[in-house]
Amino acid sequence: MKLNGSEIFVESLKREGVKTIFGIPGGVVLKLFDVLHQQKDVEVILTRHEQGAIHMAEGYGKATGKAGVALVTSGPGMTNIVTGLQDAMMDSVPLVAFTGQVPTNLIGNDAFQEADNIGISRPCTKHNVLVKDVADLAATIKEAFYIANTGRPGPVLVDIPKDVSTESAEFRYPDKVDIRGYRPTVTGNRYQIKQAAGEIMKAKRPVIYVGGGAIFSGAANEVREFAELTQIPLTMTVMGLGAFPGTHPLCMGMLGMHGTYCANMAMHEADLLIAVGARFDDRVTGKLSEFSPRARVIHIDIDPTSIKKNVHAHIPIVGDVKTVLRELVGVLSSMDGNPASVKAQRKPWQKQVSEWSARHPLAYQQEGKKETKPQYVIEKAYELTKHKAIVVTDVGQHQMWAAQYFRGAQQRTFLTSGGLGTMGFGFPAAIGAQKAYPNKTVLCITSEGSFQMNLQELAVAAIYKLPVKIILLNNQFHGMVRQWQDLFYEGRYASSDLGATPDFVKLAEAYGILGLHSDGPADVEAVLKEGLKHKGPVLMNFAIDRFENCYPMIPAGGAHHEMVLEDPPHMKTTRKGARKKGEDADAVLPA
Amino acid sequence: MEHIISVLVENKAGVLARVAGLFSARNYNIESLSVAPTPDSTISMITIVTSGEELIIEQIMKQLNKVIEVLKVVDLTEEDHIDRETALIKIGAKQSHRDEAIRIAQIFRAHIVDSTPQTYTLEVSGDSDKIQAVINLLKPMGIKEIVRTGRIAIARESA
Ligand SMILES: Cc1ncc(C[n+]2csc(CCOP(=O)(O)OP(=O)(O)O)c2C)c(N)n1
Repeated sequence: MKLNGSEIFVESLKREGVKTIFGIPGGVVLKLFDVLHQQKDVEVILTRHEQGAIHMAEGYGKATGKAGVALVTSGPGMTNIVTGLQDAMMDSVPLVAFTGQVPTNLIGNDAFQEADNIGISRPCTKHNVLVKDVADLAATIKEAFYIANTGRPGPVLVDIPKDVSTESAEFRYPDKVDIRGYRPTVTGNRYQIKQAAGEIMKAKRPVIYVGGGAIFSGAANEVREFAELTQIPLTMTVMGLGAFPGTHPLCMGMLGMHGTYCANMAMHEADLLIAVGARFDDRVTGKLSEFSPRARVIHIDIDPTSIKKNVHAHIPIVGDVKTVLRELVGVLSSMDGNPASVKAQRKPWQKQVSEWSARHPLAYQQEGKKETKPQYVIEKAYELTKHKAIVVTDVGQHQMWAAQYFRGAQQRTFLTSGGLGTMGFGFPAAIGAQKAYPNKTVLCITSEGSFQMNLQELAVAAIYKLPVKIILLNNQFHGMVRQWQDLFYEGRYASSDLGATPDFVKLAEAYGILGLHSDGPADVEAVLKEGLKHKGPVLMNFAIDRFENCYPMIPAGGAHHEMVLEDPPHMKTTRKGARKKGEDADAVLPA
Repeated sequence: MEHIISVLVENKAGVLARVAGLFSARNYNIESLSVAPTPDSTISMITIVTSGEELIIEQIMKQLNKVIEVLKVVDLTEEDHIDRETALIKIGAKQSHRDEAIRIAQIFRAHIVDSTPQTYTLEVSGDSDKIQAVINLLKPMGIKEIVRTGRIAIARESA
């Protein structure tokens, strides 16, 4: 059957089971949009900015584990998605981005709206391809989805010149992909797995350290089985949250820069680390030379480049986390004396861990305070959604609080920009997740700084009736920046005080969605209840304590045991230059 | 330490850029680079000379392997190998220097491939030490230009 390029494009999307794509049209992709417009299987969500489209595709990909799809035009359309591509690259998000390109005979001519899409996106994609001949289009799309979804997932960009979208070719969608240079290792090496089992049985102070790889592999059940069988305390990175129930007795919570005291102390004292789909990011390890100084390391990861990149692995195991953990559990179960003896053997270490956890639990003081503590809003929101919601965050203090208090038990329900730390990710990503799961409660935990980076997508939530519940923790600060300035820059708030923020209730209403405001702790619960009950999208604006800081905190370059647990005493005296609510820009906050 | 890495890649547009970009983005060294076709027209061979500590080299190998169009990566330094490069050296060859230049060419099995009343152009192949030695000897005559191919290498067959 002969089809034109745009028809081939749409047919290929259908074969891949794509239901939704996010994007904005433009000159060179008009034909693609025109063909999309004339069918019903693939829905187009018209976003208000291409950055919105790419983060929505990310949210969709993160929530479902299957590639999200974006379609944008050449030139500025493409350059607007670069942030999302790099974000997806860092967080291993399955994603296929289609970009329009000027006609092949004009490429390189500085044609109108031309950009070197392939050159620009090369370092921020897992793979990218310029389609030069319509006859290659179907196979290229097949390969793009295959590469995006398999191995360590990631973004793939397919650049389609205008003439390729209009010319015709015989449509044949391949049923198989065979790329000779791409064969991800799935099963772990048997010998290494046996070695690992031996180490695990011997260890006195082992820690399981779980990252995003466990989520992409869909390994929550295996992680749990492994932890329970071996009775080893477990900690997660921000990307790993959801891989293990936050309420489980073996769960120590998140580790790293804003991790729990307990998790970081356990990392510091461990004699064995079992890293599961994690990559020893600097926000996790802190000072490398003092990272887990006594630990031997078993490192399970599908991406060989993650292994021995920052931290030496004594037992590297390359493979899919789920497959490897299954094997490992199998080997461990068949070993002598398991699991009963293990339980007894782990007791002293577990006791030590509970002591740490009791000594400095995550804490905040709401009682007796006039101003709302952000942690209180987050805890209440979780309580009211019974920890069943999909939580999508932006970047800053609110992100870390959300991560600290996340106790969910489902993989792919905590979506955040971990690797790139992209402010503006949260709201569009929440829309993408909501589109994937229209009947689930999706919370977008954000703050006025991040939210204002992509708030134009309120239009999308309104028009497509996507009932995202926006919880905006409004401190009128780039709070995380202000926190660093408090701690390390003697309280000089250089460009972190946002001063007046818009009236978010009116803003929501202007877009035709419900806006709610909470002024203090007394009405937090009522606002949340009303917002959660509402059928459509809601923006809940919570005025919070402007000066609340996120602890524990390992100062950049510090080691795990060097956590700061509360505002240091010097801070109150050095703090200067902040505006109080309602005061003008020059007013100085009294010490 | 210096490593010679040979990389078999799909013969497609943009592959070299991906490989080179990987080095610059991660702050790895490229000391020399050569790209050439192989008997299989769908495959090209890239030979990269780089240097770094063992861990860095290990990362480079893994990162190269991760590129979708890369088919095979071999660190030839790990095994017994032969490496060669070719240089074209243009020297000032006044009457008084011409005999000496020819003698040097003979000793190093270089060829004089172009000659004018004022210049000779020599072609010499060998390992880097040899090329450096020739250059050093020719220096006093006045070197006008040197063009080198970058190194290529092949593993020795074990007997
Ligand atoms: C796109 C982008 N620009 C700048 C930064 C640097 N940055 C990190 S956190 C932060 C402040 C975040 O403020 P807000 O969204 O209000 O969250 P809060 O910390 O107040 O909770 C900034 C500017 C970033 N992460 N991303």
